[in-house]
Amino acid sequence: MSTRVAPPGLACLAVNGLSHAYPGARGPVAALDGVSFSVRTGQFCAVIGPSGCGKTTLLHVLAGLIAPTRGTVTLPPRSPGRLVTAVVFQGISTFPWMTVRQNVAYGLRALGLPAAERRRRVEQQVARVGLADFLDAYPHQLSEGMRQRTGIARAFATDPDVLLMDEPFGSLDEQTRLRLQDELLGLWQGSGKTVVFVTHSLDEAARLADRVLVMSARPGRVTADIAVPFPRPRGYGEVRSDPAYGAFTARLWTELAGSGRPAAT
Amino acid sequence: MTGGQRRDRLLAVASPAGVLVAWEVLSRLGALDARFVPAPTTILHTMALMTRTGELPYHILVSVRRVVLGFLLGAGPAVGLGLLMGLSRPVRSALLPIVSAAYPIPKIAVYPLIIFYLGLGEASKVGIVAVSIFFLVLLSTMSGVLALDPAYFKIARAYGADARAVFATVAWPGALPQIFTGLKLGMGFALIVIVGAELLGSTSGIGYLIWRSYQIFAVDAMFVGLLVTAVLGWVAAAALDWLEHRVLPWRAS
Repeated sequence: MSTRVAPPGLACLAVNGLSHAYPGARGPVAALDGVSFSVRTGQFCAVIGPSGCGKTTLLHVLAGLIAPTRGTVTLPPRSPGRLVTAVVFQGISTFPWMTVRQNVAYGLRALGLPAAERRRRVEQQVARVGLADFLDAYPHQLSEGMRQRTGIARAFATDPDVLLMDEPFGSLDEQTRLRLQDELLGLWQGSGKTVVFVTHSLDEAARLADRVLVMSARPGRVTADIAVPFPRPRGYGEVRSDPAYGAFTARLWTELAGSGRPAAT
Repeated sequence: MTGGQRRDRLLAVASPAGVLVAWEVLSRLGALDARFVPAPTTILHTMALMTRTGELPYHILVSVRRVVLGFLLGAGPAVGLGLLMGLSRPVRSALLPIVSAAYPIPKIAVYPLIIFYLGLGEASKVGIVAVSIFFLVLLSTMSGVLALDPAYFKIARAYGADARAVFATVAWPGALPQIFTGLKLGMGFALIVIVGAELLGSTSGIGYLIWRSYQIFAVDAMFVGLLVTAVLGWVAAAALDWLEHRVLPWRAS
C-alpha cells in the first residue's frame, strides 16, 4: 500500500519491502521482490538493470499507476499547486491531438490553478526547453527530440516533489540524447528536484546521477547502491575524460553482470 | 503542386468526362438505343425541366432532410456508446456479441419492421437511416479507442486525470480519426438505404422519383434520379472531408 506521509529525516522518497507480481498464465510472475531504498531531497538517483528487471514496474508503482502487491512507498504530503510525482515516459510522450501549449498544460488541470498562473508556468517551461516558437505547433510538426522536450516541460510545469523518468531518451539518436541530457541537467540544477531516472544506459547513469541503484534480473531486487564520484557541472567532455570514468562504468557493468542471471541485453 | 499531383487531378477529371463524351457520341451514332439509354444531354435537359417545375428540388430536399436527421440520430448515440465500449472491458464484453450479430443484417430487410413500428411517415425513413449507420459508426468508434496506444492512457493517469478527463482528453480526440472513417462509410450507407427505402414505401424523395419514373417508362427521369444520388454522395463525402480537416488539424497530412 502507498502512503503519503512525509518520510523521516532528509529523505524525500522511501520505498520499503516493495514486491509486485503480475498475474500470468502459470501463476503470478514476480517483477519486484523486496525492494527497499530511500532518496534524499534533491538527489538525482538512477536505476539501471537488465531488460525485464522490473525497473519500469518500480517507476509505475512510484507514480501511483500500479498498486504494489506488498510493501510501502512513502512520498511527501501533497502541497497546493504542485503534484507529488510527475512522469516523463519513454517513446510516446505527447498527445498528438494537443498543441505544445496544451500538452504542457495537461498536468496543471488537476491542480486548480488560476488561468494566469497556468499560462505563466506553461510559457516559462516551454521557453526553458527552447520551444517558445512552437507553443501552438502540433507534435507531428516537431522532431522526436522536441516532443520529448515537451514531455519534460509538462513534468516541470507541475513543480513536482519527485520527478520520475522512464528511459526518457531511450528512443532518441545519440546526439539528440546527449543534448537532452545536458538540458535536463541544466533544468535540474537549481530546481532542487528529487529525480528517479530509469535507464539501461550505463553512460547515462554515470553522467546524470548522484547515485546509481543496480537491479537484478526478474524478480527485480536492488543489488548495489553506488555513489557517482564525478564533480558537477558535468559536461560530456569532462566526465568522459575523467580518469575514473572507465573504472566507474566498468564497476557498474560488473555489478550488473553479477546480479543474478548474467545481463543478457 | 507537383507535376504528379497535377497529373492526378487531371486524371480524376478526365476519366469521368471521357466516359460522358463516349456515351454521348455512341448515343448520337445510334449505337445506344435512346429508349433504353438516353444520351447525357437528354438526361441533363430532363433534369433542367424537372428543376424548373420544382419537382426535382423538392424530392432532393426531402431525401437530404431524411439522411441528415437520420445521420445525426444514429451517429450521436453510436459515438457515445462506441467510446464507452472502447474504454470499458465489461461494457464491451456485454454488448459486443449483440452488436456483432446485428451489424451484418441488411438494414433494408429491417425496413418493413420499422414501418410496422413507426408508420409510413417520415419517422420510418429517418429511423432506417439511423439504424443503418448506427452499428458502423459504433464499431469504428470502438476500434478507434482500442487502437490508441496505452501510453496515452498512462500519461493521463500519471497526471491525475479522472475517468471523465480520460474520456474527454484521450478517448474522444484520439478516436476522432476513426470516427470520421465510420461517418464517411456511414454516409454512403445512408444514401443507399434511403433511396432503397423510398423505392419501397414512400410518396416523396429521390427513390420515389426513380420508382415513379419507372412506372411511367420515363427512362431519362430514372437516370436523373441516379445522377442526383451520385452527386449527393460526392457532395456529402466532400463535406465530411472538409469537416475532418477542420476538426483534426493535428493529423500529419
